[in-house]
Amino acid sequence: MKIIAALICGLLFGMGLAIAQMINPAKVIGFLDIAGNWDPSLAFVMMGALTVMTSARFLILKRQTPILETSFHLPERSEIDRKLILGAVLFGMGWGIGGFCPGPALASLGIANGKLFFFVGAMLAGAFIHKWIFHPKRVCCG
Amino acid sequence: MENFTPLSAFIGGALIGLSAALLLLIKGRIAGITGIMDSMVPPYERASFWRGAFIIGLILGVLLYSLMAGAPTITVEASDGMLIIAGLLVGFGANLGSGCTSGHGICGIALFSTRSIIATATFMASGFLTVFVIHHLLG
Repeated sequence: MKIIAALICGLLFGMGLAIAQMINPAKVIGFLDIAGNWDPSLAFVMMGALTVMTSARFLILKRQTPILETSFHLPERSEIDRKLILGAVLFGMGWGIGGFCPGPALASLGIANGKLFFFVGAMLAGAFIHKWIFHPKRVCCG
Repeated sequence: MENFTPLSAFIGGALIGLSAALLLLIKGRIAGITGIMDSMVPPYERASFWRGAFIIGLILGVLLYSLMAGAPTITVEASDGMLIIAGLLVGFGANLGSGCTSGHGICGIALFSTRSIIATATFMASGFLTVFVIHHLLG
């Protein structure tokens, strides 16, 4: 059941990315290029997602537990530290260079051309390097 | 602004929000692709089959869209070398900053997390600046 639920959530997410054209790096770069021929569409992706998620989470978190688990696993950290800022700066640079963020890059694997594999391979290598440096034994995030 | 597609962007975004809401309702988890990506590299965590299923769903979602509406346009302008640099920065940076556009940008902001609001503002600013440097200062 849990596996099917996760599969369906992934499916909705992937369809959303495709409908919004967020899987097109040129569209993403068009959004990030304020000084050029700016295309603000992707701000509407965020508005759509936040409208649904913000209203839903108030209702969902009134429950004692999720439907198929015994507890909610929400991020508990609140500190604004150097890792958060540096990580976001580096992530933004990579996002601006390639026009891919992790969701769209992974979602496009089924219709990929060769270039995507360079990106996804490097992205997984980057994730591995991070884990190797910061969590040599323990694994991040539960 | 001739490429402006606010309606499809909003609908696509709403589906992403629905996916995140269902994952929270059913599994009690945040739909953060960074955490899911992190589970794809060794050393592997036990019992994270749901993350694998989520990724398979992601890929199937795009394939299903392609069947119904035709293959979506994917235009990549960066060179292979630049894509490798971009991938390393995205993979490392998203993990170092504990999230990306989905975890911080959607789930975190929906939970009114200050950490996520600051991370999102930072990676947006960094993305705007990077594109400005590449396409206007260097290009």
